[in-house]
Amino acid sequence: MWRWFENVFHLGLKEIASLSRDKVMVVLIIYVFTVAVYSEATAMRTDVRNAGVAIVDADHSTLSSRIKDALQPPYFRTPREIDRSEVDQLLDKGQYTFILEIPPRLEADLLANRGPSIQINVDATAVTHAAVGTAYIQEIIMRETASFSKQRGANPAVPIDPVIRALFNQNLEAIRFSASMGVINNVTILAIILVGAAVMRERERGTIEHLLVMPVRPGEILAAKIWANSLIILLAAGFSLHVVVHVALQVPIVGSVEFFLAGTAVYLFAVTSLGILLATIANSMPQFALLSIPVFVVMFLLSGSFTPFESMPTFLQDIMYVSPSTHFVRFAQSVLYRGAGVDVVWPDLAIMTALGGVFLTAALLRFRAMLLSQN
Amino acid sequence: MSADDESVVRIEALHHRYDATVALDGVSLLIRPGSTVGLIGPDSVGKSTLLGLIAGVKRIQSGAVLVLGGDMASRLHRDAVAPRIAYMPQGLGRNLYPMLSIVENIDFFGRLYGQPESERRRRIARLLTATGLDPFPDRPAGKLSGGMKQKLGLCCALVHDPDLLILDEPTTGVDPLSRRQFWELIARIRTERSGMTLLVATAYMEEAERFEHIVAIDEGRIIADDETAAILARTNANTLEEAYIALQRPERRGDQTALVIPHLTHSDAPAAIVADNLTMRFGDFTAVDHVSFRIQRGEIFGFLGSNGCGKTTTMKMLTGLLPASEGRGELLGKPVDARDIATRMRVGYMSQSFSLYDEISVRANLKLHGQLFRIPAEELDARVKAALARFELTSVADALPPTLPLGMRQRLQLAAACLHRPEVLILDEPTSGVDPAARDRFWRLLVEMSRRDGVTIFISTHFMNEAERCDRLSLMHAGRVLAIGAPDELRLSRGGRSLEDAFISYLEEAAAPPAAHTTSAASASTDEAARRTSGVPKSEPSPERPRQHRPLTASLQRIWAFARREAVELSRDRIRLAFALLGPLLLLVAFGYGISFDIEGLRYAVIDRDQSLESRLFLEQFSDSRYFAQRSPLANEFDIDGRLRSGELRFAIDIPPGFGRDLLQGRQPQISFWLDGGNTFPAETARAYIQGAVLTYAADRHRRLFGRDSRLLPINVEPRFRYNQDFRSVFAITPGTIMLLLVLFPAMLTALGVVREKEMGSITNVYASPATVGEYLIGKQLPYIVIGFVSFISLVVLAATLLGVVPKGSMLALSIAALIYVFAATAFGLLVSAFVSTQVAAIFGTAILTAMTAAHYSGFLFPASTLEGPGRVMGLSFPALWFQTVSLGVFAKGLEASALIREIAVLLGFGILFLLLARLSVRKQGV
Repeated sequence: MWRWFENVFHLGLKEIASLSRDKVMVVLIIYVFTVAVYSEATAMRTDVRNAGVAIVDADHSTLSSRIKDALQPPYFRTPREIDRSEVDQLLDKGQYTFILEIPPRLEADLLANRGPSIQINVDATAVTHAAVGTAYIQEIIMRETASFSKQRGANPAVPIDPVIRALFNQNLEAIRFSASMGVINNVTILAIILVGAAVMRERERGTIEHLLVMPVRPGEILAAKIWANSLIILLAAGFSLHVVVHVALQVPIVGSVEFFLAGTAVYLFAVTSLGILLATIANSMPQFALLSIPVFVVMFLLSGSFTPFESMPTFLQDIMYVSPSTHFVRFAQSVLYRGAGVDVVWPDLAIMTALGGVFLTAALLRFRAMLLSQN
Repeated sequence: MSADDESVVRIEALHHRYDATVALDGVSLLIRPGSTVGLIGPDSVGKSTLLGLIAGVKRIQSGAVLVLGGDMASRLHRDAVAPRIAYMPQGLGRNLYPMLSIVENIDFFGRLYGQPESERRRRIARLLTATGLDPFPDRPAGKLSGGMKQKLGLCCALVHDPDLLILDEPTTGVDPLSRRQFWELIARIRTERSGMTLLVATAYMEEAERFEHIVAIDEGRIIADDETAAILARTNANTLEEAYIALQRPERRGDQTALVIPHLTHSDAPAAIVADNLTMRFGDFTAVDHVSFRIQRGEIFGFLGSNGCGKTTTMKMLTGLLPASEGRGELLGKPVDARDIATRMRVGYMSQSFSLYDEISVRANLKLHGQLFRIPAEELDARVKAALARFELTSVADALPPTLPLGMRQRLQLAAACLHRPEVLILDEPTSGVDPAARDRFWRLLVEMSRRDGVTIFISTHFMNEAERCDRLSLMHAGRVLAIGAPDELRLSRGGRSLEDAFISYLEEAAAPPAAHTTSAASASTDEAARRTSGVPKSEPSPERPRQHRPLTASLQRIWAFARREAVELSRDRIRLAFALLGPLLLLVAFGYGISFDIEGLRYAVIDRDQSLESRLFLEQFSDSRYFAQRSPLANEFDIDGRLRSGELRFAIDIPPGFGRDLLQGRQPQISFWLDGGNTFPAETARAYIQGAVLTYAADRHRRLFGRDSRLLPINVEPRFRYNQDFRSVFAITPGTIMLLLVLFPAMLTALGVVREKEMGSITNVYASPATVGEYLIGKQLPYIVIGFVSFISLVVLAATLLGVVPKGSMLALSIAALIYVFAATAFGLLVSAFVSTQVAAIFGTAILTAMTAAHYSGFLFPASTLEGPGRVMGLSFPALWFQTVSLGVFAKGLEASALIREIAVLLGFGILFLLLARLSVRKQGV
């Protein structure tokens, strides 16, 4: 048993040494966990931020300009006034997601209580922003109209006063979500490719075969790859969360980062095992490259880090339960956003471990067969 | 320097270094047209460097190299003379394409040199007959034996009738019969094409004796440059080997005493290695056919045979690497078992190709071996140090293996195999490519280990003088053992001239008709040789030479040659082709159904502290809606936090006591809603839904109370959802998915293109050929543009039929944009490939850069108009965003071509830019 650890340890050190020789790779890893996470977090907004809005103002009244002034950063870009004839073209090119059309005599009709209408043209292909943004604009129009009317002595009647508050993230700032999800997605891609390609390369060079003539078991070779590469990814992810997410982006993290990293280690075991399994299935590096695409793209787009998991059809949800990333995303959201503890997330941790075990066993079973096909 | 300078090659004061290592140290040389020059010297003295510089595949650092009347430092001159030079690099089949067949390989080179179809066919036929490769024109190069690979390499080099033929150790690792055939072939070609200059580096001194002129190199300098006879006379030597040693500085000379092998004392101990009817089948091909032998402890047992006859497979079966299909092997008295770790500790193995780690230093490789073989930590450093000294690797201890010459790498492998003092050594061609002096030293070590320490040595070799040193030999051919016995017995059994003759005689007998198996195409008989002589490609005063095509035509032909080759390779790799075409379709379906922002069934729970009719009426707004899904009520207000935290609920409703009363009294009672703010998109959506539900409730109540619709809101806000009235994600996501897939797959397909050829070595063909890097890149790119476009069409069809997403606008504009987009994506893959140094980095870099940029910064999930900061810059500087505008515009918004001209132009710009950058990152010469 002791020998096992020793072999795994030495082979792992070799793994780290050889990775650090590949300068481009090192630069890429640093890039994905710093610059990429930063720009992803600041650029991708599920909340309405900086939404492009334009106004066709045919009234030019006090009310219309108050509405216009109320559409403000950070939710909206300062609206531009455009001509009616430009509406279609600007929406076509996706330059604005919302265009308000304020009819002539809006203010006069309001004061006469004739119930005028404001039309909002929404580019509904922007599925993430269209509905939420429309609700914002409606709310703003209502508020401005109400305060305008109050000055003139009218009074709208909604019988109750809903108070909506958000826990864990009072202002619903999307950056908190996208920053840490960015880290998670990078972990997935890196783990699959780094480890899978490392196994593939050893296959193509014949070094794995050479190891098997020595007193080394296949399990030791794989375990070494898993720990060494996982450690590098784990350190990078920890750095990214502490420094990039917490310090640079100033995102408060509700839960314990250390607990999150412990869960990440479990996840890495599962994904690196999957990477190895892919490497034993493919026959050459180009095949591995193509095989890995659907795997990591599905893992990062369908596991709930972008779209709400429950919006997927049930059959797809069932399929995605086999992906460790689904459980990891759920684990990460619980821990990072809501400060959940082991009592809440242990099922996800258990499933990830089990999935990793299955992948690794399958990879080991394929290992000898793969060497045979190499000849 | 004029062309008639009486020299083909003229070198002056040439220096070359790799980092700190000096390879060439002031070399000056003159080679006359039509001469045959042998370049001799041990490993790592600069032979390969010199040849590479003459061939123009390496960059000149200092000094002058003039070849065929011009300066090789000038690109113009290199391009001009490339068609007149042929260069075959070191290593078996290094310049061949393993997936292509014999004919396709030669055909590719013919195309590179712009030969028309009829001419190519004629030349290929001649070359195949001359080399004896004609019985198997369709066999893939990767499946050929070493000897056949070298013959094929020669065919490829000769297809364009070079004036200067440069061969770098062409017969290293080739069996004696094939080697003999190879030199006979060269000799015939020489007689037919007397004008051709031949420059050959070799480590086999006896082979070099057939050259009229010898250049001997040592330590980066020329130590002799004269007629072969003159050198022999001057040094008073019988053989070149002796002459060479005499020419060396005394301290460079090895141990001069003849190697005496003590007699092997017979022991009654059980055999160290036993093979009993070992058989290995791959499919219906029998690689090893009932092989049996017993090797005594301490014996040196040699394994001789043509390339590809099953030696390696037999050895692998005995190490446990390959399970035998039939028969039994024993190692040190135990049956061979792949799981038997204890036995492996007692065995050292060296594989034929280099199989240590390229990324860690020589010393680190040895250390790792020691650790894995459980050498105690306190002994390890000393043992590694001793091994470095014993195998003369101390000076390169900290170098990386790929920077070392072949011979040194072999020594490193040997050092690794012997480090743990094994009882049995299984060595698969350990001395291939190792120079004579080093081989001699190596054999001294072997003899010492065998006789002093009783180590059993099982060794395969192509060198007859090594075979003669073995205690016993086994001759193998086509999977069967032909004869086993002591070297002298074998020699005598065939008339006794020399072991080599005996060996060849055995082989010829075994390979007698139908001669269609491996290397020994039964061609050594003189009749046959005579017949073939007529088939040697004559230096026909070819009317088409110099082939003066218009440059553009020639360039297009070369692009086509590269494209064709890439396409053939791709079509052979069915699995990869299937992934490339089916992968995108699979993902389109997954995303069409899977990526959805259509939120329904938001989970919520209620704590109703009023329990009045009014509160129940209010809550019906939620329980009756498909947008909400009610869970069991909350027990108390502390429950809110816990159940939101666990992720069970998206929001909670808290109705205060007295709600109904306050409502009836018109006091606008408050209701608290608590959202899970962790995942912001569902939270935002829930907020919007809640506000909508409250308004609906207010309107309903008004109607109930007053019996008429209220003008609840003074202004009507009428949203008009354009392009996607049903507000379904699939219409918005599908165009984006196509955008994502059409950059990811094509880029990934080309990303390995250049870097893989760099790792495999076939990029030297580009260096040596008249083709430019641009032609090479475009040629490599073309097949993948086709694949990408086919993929685009299949994606559009699938989107329309399965998902019901049909392009509303100009299909023509979409197709043109897609074609150009795929062009840009493949160019991007090539750029990554040109830039990185390993395949791993190429895959990861492409995955990260394309997937991240396309998914995040290109308006796929989040509208591009909201991007800010670095993300906006990244989006704008990558083609995906621009194609997204076209894709979304045509699919969802029904745009016409005229509206999209700018986007298409930008895409084209990206494609050209990427290609140019890739062109600049690939240099058409090595270092």
